Amino acid sequence: MKSILGHYVERVQGSGEYLTLGFHPALFPLQERWRNNGLSADFLAGYVSTFFPGEEPDKGDRQVEVKDAVSFIANELLENAMKYSSSISHSIVTIEVFLEIDHVSIYATNSVTDTEIPGFQEHINLLLSGDPSTLYIECLERNAQDETEDGSGLGYLTMLNDYMVTLGWKFETSAGQPTVTTMARLSV
Amino acid sequence: MIISEEDYSVKYDENDGVIECTGSFRLRGSEEYKPILDLLLSVADATPEQLTLDVRELKFLNSSGINTLSKFIIQVRKHKATQVRILGTVKSPWQGKSLKNFQRLLPTLELVIEDA
Repeated sequence: MKSILGHYVERVQGSGEYLTLGFHPALFPLQERWRNNGLSADFLAGYVSTFFPGEEPDKGDRQVEVKDAVSFIANELLENAMKYSSSISHSIVTIEVFLEIDHVSIYATNSVTDTEIPGFQEHINLLLSGDPSTLYIECLERNAQDETEDGSGLGYLTMLNDYMVTLGWKFETSAGQPTVTTMARLSV
Repeated sequence: MIISEEDYSVKYDENDGVIECTGSFRLRGSEEYKPILDLLLSVADATPEQLTLDVRELKFLNSSGINTLSKFIIQVRKHKATQVRILGTVKSPWQGKSLKNFQRLLPTLELVIEDA
């Protein structure tokens, strides 16, 4: 059963430049694997930025902007994907970056448990129902009051509020394993 | 006060009231940020007249890090005693995007983003 939330756009295979990385989260403890999130995100960002050559004065700034944005977004998506799939055996995490004429789309896929899906979808619907700018500040204020909070939800809100990305999610089952693919689309 | 790890450091100089953050903040959640948060909150709780948060050499800040810095800002706000200035740079584009949100938490906060 497939369900789509937000502004999910299906990947168009066979067109445009793209790069895919894959991981098996359960093979190594999350703590050991965490460092690789940054390495992977920076690699993807560096790769994408090569398509924004910096010879002209303003192009150099654009290259740095795109690299910086992709690095943040890819890192957040990977952190989420690793966090929520590390306890699931045989889980696979993939992150794909698609470069198109006027935007970069990043897709992160991870396994998810059946019990987690309803809460996750409810969280997404809350996210989509409000103004990101307001939700962002409310999240920060709420987190500051709650000592038990783990900062969840702020990643998506930062992407929406600070980077103006479009977000979408696809829930489906692949070989009996529920998965979620999170898409972040950044205008460049 | 100083926290120094392989990928980042946080240093507070009481003499000039500067908290300097360098490197990349990519820690996993509130638990891993606790040492940094504890340092920041202790600085806030000392209620100095002026504080500068210098992040010009902070190349990366994940959302858990944003969460941590915002808790610090909110703690400063609670005491109503300290004028805060944040020093950033255009060389790290994330700073121009994300640091201004702290002004929404603390309207008296001064944000200075230096040109390259």
